[in-house]
Amino acid sequence: MSNKKLNMKDKYRLLTRDLEWEFSYRDRKEIFPQEDFEGIKITDWSKWEDPFRLTMDSYWKYQAEKEKKLYAIFDAFSQNNGQQNVTDARYVNAIKLFLTGVSPLEYQAYSGFAHVGRQFGGVGARVACQMQSLDELRHVQTQIHAMSHYNKHFDGFQDFAHMHDRVWYLSVPKSFFDDARSAGPFEFMVAIGFSFEYVLTNLLFVPFMSGAAYNGDMATVTFGFSAQSDEARHMTLGLEIIKFLLEQHEDNVPIVQRWINKWLWRGYRVLTLVAMMMDYMLPNKVMSWQESFEVYFEEAASSLFKDLARYGIEMPPYAADAIAEKEHLSHQAWSIFYNYGHAAAFHTWMPTAQEMDWLSEKYPNTFDKYYRPRFEKWREMEEAGERYYNPTLPMLCQTCQIPMGFTDMENPTMTSYRQSVYDGERYNFCSNGCKDIFDHEPEKYVQSWMPVHQIFQGNCGGPEMEDVLGDYYRINLGVDNLDFKGSPDEARWNGWHNLQSAEDKLKKAS
Amino acid sequence: MSKVYIALQDNEESHYIVEAIEEDNPDVTVIYQPAMIRIECEGHMVIKRETVEEKMGRDWEIPALHVNLITLGGNVDEDDDQLSLTWNN
Repeated sequence: MSNKKLNMKDKYRLLTRDLEWEFSYRDRKEIFPQEDFEGIKITDWSKWEDPFRLTMDSYWKYQAEKEKKLYAIFDAFSQNNGQQNVTDARYVNAIKLFLTGVSPLEYQAYSGFAHVGRQFGGVGARVACQMQSLDELRHVQTQIHAMSHYNKHFDGFQDFAHMHDRVWYLSVPKSFFDDARSAGPFEFMVAIGFSFEYVLTNLLFVPFMSGAAYNGDMATVTFGFSAQSDEARHMTLGLEIIKFLLEQHEDNVPIVQRWINKWLWRGYRVLTLVAMMMDYMLPNKVMSWQESFEVYFEEAASSLFKDLARYGIEMPPYAADAIAEKEHLSHQAWSIFYNYGHAAAFHTWMPTAQEMDWLSEKYPNTFDKYYRPRFEKWREMEEAGERYYNPTLPMLCQTCQIPMGFTDMENPTMTSYRQSVYDGERYNFCSNGCKDIFDHEPEKYVQSWMPVHQIFQGNCGGPEMEDVLGDYYRINLGVDNLDFKGSPDEARWNGWHNLQSAEDKLKKAS
Repeated sequence: MSKVYIALQDNEESHYIVEAIEEDNPDVTVIYQPAMIRIECEGHMVIKRETVEEKMGRDWEIPALHVNLITLGGNVDEDDDQLSLTWNN
């Protein structure tokens, strides 16, 4: 017997091939009952190849190293009162949105991969899903751990899991994952491996995290980059599963194309939150939403689709709609949140004069023309002591669950509005993408838990705004919500830095 | 031709990896952004174990790249000696 050390390829082959066994007394269909119903045809699972050829020993070794580095930084951050060294307390609100909106998705991903990892007939795919499942569990844990430090010093972090399942805007990311997890195992892989990893996390964990670093948030940038190093592996796997499905059988091509169309749009709509985090919630600016979108969405997607063209896969028709919105998205999203600032578990604000100038410079075709006048009006109202809060409840898109605040790109002052009638009921959509997704699977989307409908049906704590926001959502009213100006967060921050709020200055002057 | 890319955390170890990438791929563009380094190249890029070891002056294995890796774009091919990124278009 030779003592020669195995190389990576051999080790991976042994892990993913020799561990498999023949099923002698049970039918394969009983063992893998979910493998067929989506119409996907697999002829040879042994063609599955993990490009990283990761084996368990090197997985544990390098994941442990990543964790050690990460926790050393968390310790340093808390020991050195890192919360006081971020650029501005407004920044922390982006992190509140992250903890309530994104971290619970990591948990959903963990659970989703644990599930599909049981459903695939190929051992290579099962191993990859198992590792990804563990990665996702690591992500949710490290994120909660990093942000628990902020919870000691800022409001709005305390009830993130409770909020994730209930609060109106958090239904946007939550329903995205619910949609993926209630699909079949192959669709889940395309949804999460492609849309979540390739489209979403790259924009959230790369330019936004670089921005976090630029705003002094050492803990967040580190968990972000540490998570994204796993995501780089997941993205590669996402691309691999798409190629694998396309190579297995030509009948898979139209199914995969439809999933790609659907999930590119679903993922892009969730990115609305990231767009406003980039443009409005980072006091020190690195790059605009539009610039990041061009690099990590347009450029990355065009390379990917050129690569997939030889299988007959085309760029989804909605990519053009996403591109058309890039100069508008963040401004429209921030307007929605500013309107409903009393109903959010984080603070909102109008950008300073200097920040508005930056927006004008970055968005020369849109900001001054469509958004500045509105924002200046809101600022005037605020200065007159009449900070604007919208007292009505918004109509939501039945698919993405975002309030119907997006406009028609041909006519950017008109709301984009689509509708479908199903089983005698009318449903509303923000876009062609969302309408088409519904029309293909209406039985699924008519069951969506729509936050505004649920409030009107009396399922969210009671008839008054306080019943919903305070009792049902568990927002500490007057503390977690409303404008940053006048918030306890602002007062505490000013106390740490011996700053006076604008209001105090006025009082003292008079 | 599409651009392949890799982004690394901006730290001591990555600087050697970047140096190695630049040596093995003369056409790369290196972009420094807050806390990260993005390296991009038309079509193809390779990271060779041997060159990284030479720059670091010690043993280094390809999977150790994951410790400093942030993201990448392109089809990945990895073995004991190299990791390459390619777009076939």
